Amino acid sequence: MTAGTGMPGTPDRPAVPEGTVVLGASDVARALTRIAHEIVERAKGAQDVVLLGIPTRGVTLAARLAQRLASIDPAFDPERDLGELDVTMYRDDLRRQPTRAVGVTRLPEAGIEGKTVVLVDDVLFSGRTIRAALDAIGDLGRPQAVRLACLVDRGHRELPIRPDFVGKNLPTAQSERVRVLLAEVDGSDAVVISGREPGAGAPDEGEGR
Amino acid sequence: MRHLLSTADLAKDEAIEILDTAAQMAATQSREIKKLPTLRGRTVVNLFFEDSTRTRISFETAAKRLSADVINFSAKGSSVSKGESLKDTALTLHAMGADAVVVRHWASGAPYQLAHAGWLDAAVLNAGDGTHMHPTQALLDAYTIRRHVVGGAAGQGGGLRRSGDDGVGADLAGVRVAIVGDVLHSRVARANVWLLRTLGAEVTLVSPPTLLPVGVGTWPCRTSYDLDSTLADWRPDAVMMLRVQRERMSGGAGAFFPSPLEYTRYFGLDARRLALLPEHAIVLHPGPMNRGLEISAEAADSDRAVIVEQVANGVAVRMAALYLLLSGTSSSATEGTAL
Repeated sequence: MTAGTGMPGTPDRPAVPEGTVVLGASDVARALTRIAHEIVERAKGAQDVVLLGIPTRGVTLAARLAQRLASIDPAFDPERDLGELDVTMYRDDLRRQPTRAVGVTRLPEAGIEGKTVVLVDDVLFSGRTIRAALDAIGDLGRPQAVRLACLVDRGHRELPIRPDFVGKNLPTAQSERVRVLLAEVDGSDAVVISGREPGAGAPDEGEGR
Repeated sequence: MRHLLSTADLAKDEAIEILDTAAQMAATQSREIKKLPTLRGRTVVNLFFEDSTRTRISFETAAKRLSADVINFSAKGSSVSKGESLKDTALTLHAMGADAVVVRHWASGAPYQLAHAGWLDAAVLNAGDGTHMHPTQALLDAYTIRRHVVGGAAGQGGGLRRSGDDGVGADLAGVRVAIVGDVLHSRVARANVWLLRTLGAEVTLVSPPTLLPVGVGTWPCRTSYDLDSTLADWRPDAVMMLRVQRERMSGGAGAFFPSPLEYTRYFGLDARRLALLPEHAIVLHPGPMNRGLEISAEAADSDRAVIVEQVANGVAVRMAALYLLLSGTSSSATEGTAL
C-alpha cells in the first residue's frame, strides 16, 4: 500500500483532494471479506447472526458484509438478517451539538431476541456512538450477544469499549479526521486521513489486531 | 427552531423536517419499550389556561415517552384564579427551570408574548391560542394526510401515491384538502391553511357565510358555501370536518345558523356525501366530534375516517416538536437545522 497517492478507482473525485488515502478500494474489500469470515468463525456459523448497521456509512458496510456472509454460509439471509439502528435519540451529546435529524431504525422481522447482534460502524473513535447503540439495543430486545465490527479503529477511546472485528487499526492524532468513503454514498471506496501534520509518515501497523 | 408558535412562520423544509422526525418517532411507538432517553433531565411544563383533555394528554404522553419530566399547570385551581398575571406565572416557571412551556390560552397571541417578552428562556410551544393558531394539530393533520394520500398507507392505494414509505421526505404538492365547518372560531383551520399551503397543497374552506371570518379573502385558499359541489366537482383528497364550537357562539347555536338540523343538511358529512368523494380520499376531524351535527356516525366510523389514527399521530408529532426544540445547543438563538 502506498500512502499519499490516489488509489485506482478514485481518479475524478473532487472531494478527496486534501488528505492521505490509507485504504484503497481493494483494501476495503479485503478487510470486509476477512471480517465476514471472522464473524462466521466466532459465531460458529451464521444462522443466528443479525447485522445492524449504524447510519450512515455503517448501514452500507453492513449491507456489503451481509452479501459476504451469505456467500460464506447460506444460512444467512441478507433480506432477513440485516437491519439498521439509528442511535440519535440515545446520544449523550444532544445538548452540545446542533439538532441532529433522527434516522431510520429498521430491525429484522424476527427481532433480535436471542440472536447474535453484530453492530457495524465505519470508524470507531470515542466509543460514544457504540455506547448509545448498546442502550438502543437494550430497549429493543435481549440479544444472546452483541459484537462490534468496524472498518477503522482510530483509537482515542473515551469509554471502555473494544471492537471484536476491525478492518484496520489506524493510529491517529486527536486533531486528525478519518473519513470512510464508500461507492454507494461517495462514488468510490477509500479511507482518508486529513489534517495530518506534514512530514509525519503513514504509520502502518498491519491489518487486524 | 427556537419556538413553535405559528404555522405561518414555518418554512417548507422545517415543516418537512418535523413530519419526517415524527415518522421516526411513530416507528418507536410500536415497540414494546416505548420510552426513549432523549430528553432525560429536561422539564416540560404544560400551561393550560383553557380546558383541554386530548391536547394536554397528548403533550404529556409525548414528553414522557422522551423521558422528560412533566409538570401540569392548569389555570383552574391555581394562582391564576387568584388573579396572577401571565408575566408572574412565566417568571415562576423560569425560576423553576422549565426547559419547554406548552401553552394553551384563550387569548390569541399569548404564546407569542410568552416567547418574546423576555420573561422566560424556555422553548414555547403553542398548544392553541384563542382563534389564532394550533400548530401541532395542523402538523399532525398534515402528517396523517401525507401518510395516506402521498405515502399510500393502509391499503389506501391509488391517489397521488409517490413512495411506498409513508411519504417520508415528501411534501403535499397537488394534494387537495377541503376544510369544512366553523372556520370563524377555528384555530385548527387557520393553522392548517398556512401549513398546507407551505407544503404545496390546495385548500378550500367550505362554510356558511356567517362562519367565515372577515378578511378570509386574503388567506391563501379558496372558499365555497356549497359542500356538495366541492366534494363532487373539486374532488378533494382529504376532507377535514371542523367542530361547531358552540361554546364560542354567544346566544347559543342559533346565532350563526338557523338550526342545527339545517347546518347538518348543508354542511354535515354523512354517508351520501362520503360516497361523492374519490376512492382514496380520507376524512379527518380534530375532535372532539359532535356526532350528528357536523359528522354523522356512519361517516365517523367508516374506514375512510382516520380520526383515531390522528390521535396516535399527535403523540408522534409532538414528540418530534419537543425533540427538535429541546435538543441541540440551547444557546443557539438562530434556527437550528439538521446536520
